[in-house]
Amino acid sequence: MLDRNTIPQSATFRTRGLTKVYGEGAAAVHALRGVDLEIPEGEIVVLLGPSGSGKSTLLNIVGGLDRASDGEAWFQDQNLSEMSDRELTLYRRDHVGFVFQFYNLMPSLTAYENVELVTEIADNPMEVERALELVGLGERMNHFPAQMSGGEQQRVAIARAIAKNPTVLFCDEPTGALDSATGRAVLHVINDVNRELGATVMVVTHAAATAQMAHRVIHFADGQIRTVTENDTRLSPDEIAW
Amino acid sequence: MRALDRKLLRDLWRIKGQAAAIAMVVAVGVLLQVMMSGMITSLEQTRATYYERYRLADVFAPVTRAPQKMLDRLADIPGVAAVEGRVQGGALVDMAGQDLPVRAQVLSLPEWRDPWLNDVYISEGQRPRAGRTDEILLLRAFADAHGLGLGDVLSATMYGSKRAFRIVGIAQSPEFLFTTAPGEFVPDDARFAVLWLNADALEAAYDMKGAFNEALLSLERGAELEPVLTAVDALLDRYGGLGAYGLEDQLSNRFLSEEIKGLTATSSAVPPIFMGVAAFLLYIVVSRMVSAEREQIGLIKAFGYTDTEVALHYFKLVVFIALAGALMGCLGGVWAGRGLAGLYQDIYHLPFLVFRVEPSSFATGIFISVLAAMVGGLSVLRQVFALTPAVAMRPPAPADYSRSGAITASLKSWLDQPSRMVLRRVMRNPGRVFGAVLGIAAGMGLSSAQMSVMSGFDEALDTTFSVIDRSDVTVTFFEQMPLKAAFDLAHMPGVIEVEPTRGVSAVLRYGTETYRGSVTGMVDGAHLSRAVDADHRDIPMPASGIVLAKSLADTLGVQAGDTVTVEVLQGRRPTLELRVARIADTLMGAPAYMNIDALNRAMGEPGRISGAFLRIDPDAYRAFFKEIKDVPSVAGVTRKNDARLAMKKLMDEGAGTMRYVMALIAGIITFGIVYNSARISFGEQSRDLASLRVMGFSQGEAAFILLGELALVVLIALPLGVLLGFGLSYLVAAGFSTDLYQIPTGFRADAFGIAGVAVVLAALISGWLVKREIEKVDLVATLKTRE
Ligand SMILES: Nc1ncnc2c1ncn2[C@@H]1O[C@H](COP(=O)(O)OP(=O)(O)OP(=O)(O)O)[C@@H](O)[C@H]1O
Ligand SMILES: [Mg+2]
Repeated sequence: MLDRNTIPQSATFRTRGLTKVYGEGAAAVHALRGVDLEIPEGEIVVLLGPSGSGKSTLLNIVGGLDRASDGEAWFQDQNLSEMSDRELTLYRRDHVGFVFQFYNLMPSLTAYENVELVTEIADNPMEVERALELVGLGERMNHFPAQMSGGEQQRVAIARAIAKNPTVLFCDEPTGALDSATGRAVLHVINDVNRELGATVMVVTHAAATAQMAHRVIHFADGQIRTVTENDTRLSPDEIAW
Repeated sequence: MRALDRKLLRDLWRIKGQAAAIAMVVAVGVLLQVMMSGMITSLEQTRATYYERYRLADVFAPVTRAPQKMLDRLADIPGVAAVEGRVQGGALVDMAGQDLPVRAQVLSLPEWRDPWLNDVYISEGQRPRAGRTDEILLLRAFADAHGLGLGDVLSATMYGSKRAFRIVGIAQSPEFLFTTAPGEFVPDDARFAVLWLNADALEAAYDMKGAFNEALLSLERGAELEPVLTAVDALLDRYGGLGAYGLEDQLSNRFLSEEIKGLTATSSAVPPIFMGVAAFLLYIVVSRMVSAEREQIGLIKAFGYTDTEVALHYFKLVVFIALAGALMGCLGGVWAGRGLAGLYQDIYHLPFLVFRVEPSSFATGIFISVLAAMVGGLSVLRQVFALTPAVAMRPPAPADYSRSGAITASLKSWLDQPSRMVLRRVMRNPGRVFGAVLGIAAGMGLSSAQMSVMSGFDEALDTTFSVIDRSDVTVTFFEQMPLKAAFDLAHMPGVIEVEPTRGVSAVLRYGTETYRGSVTGMVDGAHLSRAVDADHRDIPMPASGIVLAKSLADTLGVQAGDTVTVEVLQGRRPTLELRVARIADTLMGAPAYMNIDALNRAMGEPGRISGAFLRIDPDAYRAFFKEIKDVPSVAGVTRKNDARLAMKKLMDEGAGTMRYVMALIAGIITFGIVYNSARISFGEQSRDLASLRVMGFSQGEAAFILLGELALVVLIALPLGVLLGFGLSYLVAAGFSTDLYQIPTGFRADAFGIAGVAVVLAALISGWLVKREIEKVDLVATLKTRE
């Protein structure tokens, strides 16, 4: 059992009326329909919701990978919606760790090099070896993505995201392809990044049980927030029923 | 090494086949550029060095007979640095086993010293020893053409008397890089000889004791030519001066200049076209290559790499390929240039030829290639950078087939599933297909333009020697003869038809342009040798006025209706003002035609001819030659076939050789682009192909879907290539045309046919190569990773 951390004064993320529309006219898809959100610093936030409800879209916007159609998104005291491409690049470079839903590894680079690709431009990265050991891939450092299983590729993607010691960590279904043991190990790593580095973490998942390790759980449906619950008590990854 | 650089190297290794094909296209473009500009630089420098080392004169002043003391007077002309007088004359050389005697020019060599001007390079043997009247130096080109060597004996007729001479030396001379028999316009090593004798011997033979009939002058640095020519003409006039002229108008030099000019024109017109096409292909290929990397670009950007860093990464890739190609091209250009230098040294009869390339031409080649690669890369990068990383990273939105659906639905009845897939792919991504079509069309255009020019060369030969000139033999007299001489010819064995003609050497002027050539007088209704218009119809000779060949009209800048000044250099040397009546469509040489009676009237010499065109019974050739050999007034007899062969040889060996090299290069470029198109669409679709295979499509069907697209692209590219080629053929033909010959343009079905077949062949080979790759595809690995 973990005690609930004190709620920090400042929010890492705040959004107001965040809207995202893909396409135009009859074919328009409203992925986000006015999202108001506040995520305090140092929290682990889990996003739950059916497929197509807009979770990845939200993550992409607050992660600086995409732009909203309308509304505002704030990181600390910076308005992401008003940033230039250059500023967004610097934001991603200096603060963001991202685990993509589809791993997105460079096929022509080994596991080690995929991680190195990120640590090379980070201010205060951890050793590449350590990042890979944390996800249990110390032995597979020199393998190419094509030589690894889906779960292993996913873990490389996680090592890559945490290796830069990010201020904020976004994980889009980080355990989707993992068995319970490795899944737990990965959640441990995420928990450690949060606890030891004070990183704010947003995790999208379909495994509702994962929500038990979060400070805050957001239920998403149809491009909108349905409920936000704060966990009074959090479970450690070991205690989560898989 | 940074991770990105490692990615670069691995990517490069992965696409090595394709990279090599791209580099190859760039390389041949640069190769041509470097080789040709190097060739020109080298020829010009060698010519300058050769002329200087052997003191070639700046002014040539032929005269009937002037006393030696006039040489001092000539030397006193301001601006003249050195003067040499010599005796020169025509001769006929009897070659054993040949029907026809060979015309020759005989020149005097000072006995006790080296000539001050127009020295010779002795490549074998020595000069005639002082006091020997039977020893000669022989021009190397002629000796080689007839297999003559030191010690051989040559019998020559000079001034009516026949004597035997022993060859003691083989010489090369900057004055005779090309030798052309008088009255002909095609140089031919074998049919014109140059002999050097001791001055004493020659003065005796031509009755020139204490006199000279040609003065050579060199000018001081910076001295002006025109005033000197005027002064020389004034001094020599009363000795029968025939008009002094500058080196520029000297026959051999003019020829070499024409060749260099031809090469320069070719090299300034053609390699840029090749480079342009190569650069365009590079642009297309690079942009497609970078588009295929879209998701990875998005990913790298998602990590926080800046646009500059990402652009730099891809620039490294494309610049590496372009640079590798350009460097290969530079090396290849030097290598090919060295190879050709030997050939050119032989063709131009130079004693040495050092191949040298201006650094600027390397720079140009490299610059253009790198620029094209960067522009190609940048054009795509800009598009990708405009996307947010989130959008760039996801595979392009699932295609909207709704548009193509309707069309393909109607085709459903007669197209099977794989064919419909091919069609849908093409319609879904018209941009990509358009790029490939343009690329292949450009390659095909280049090849077909080159082929057009090749067949244009042949047409020029055919037109000139079959359509315009229908005679079998041309007879030239030493001096102008009465018309009766033509009737005498008509009575010789086998002669079917005789058409008299009169040629006079003349300088044609219009405005500031001058051309030193000749005017040909044609009889009414001439039909053995004719002036023709573009449709090969006879141009009747006007009672007054002159008809100019198109190339001559262009040189002078005149049009029909203008009046040109013709200064005749023979007889009483009249100066005529003649209206240009018509422009004749002559493909070779730069003739000017007049009515023979009008010409004779102007000369004040009615009823005179200088030669005749003959038609002869093929079975009677031998008998005819045997008899004509003994006619003392005949200076030379030219078989049309010899002239035709000489012309063909000249076009094949001189500046025209380049057309073969270029055809080869056009072929390589075309293959390169076709292969690249196939290879890239394979890369773009390998994932889809793997999916198809997994879904149960056979290898053949999967290959069909991919190669079907290539086939469609080639099919669309063919007509476009014909159009492009038609346009390009005008540029290339203009580049190859010289004063000596013009390459006719027009639609040539054969050229386009051959180029089309070549493109299809290239597509088949590429398809086969790519099909082998498809067979090697590792299904699992392809599906597992997202590229
Ligand atoms: N680039 C795009 N163009 C058009 N529509 C898009 C695009 N990206 C997402 N969408 C649509 O936006 C909606 C939200 O997508 P999003 O990826 O955010 O869903 P998600 O909640 O992450 O779903 P999942 O759990 O399946 O990953 C979906 O309906 C999707 O089809
Ligand atoms: Mg998602």
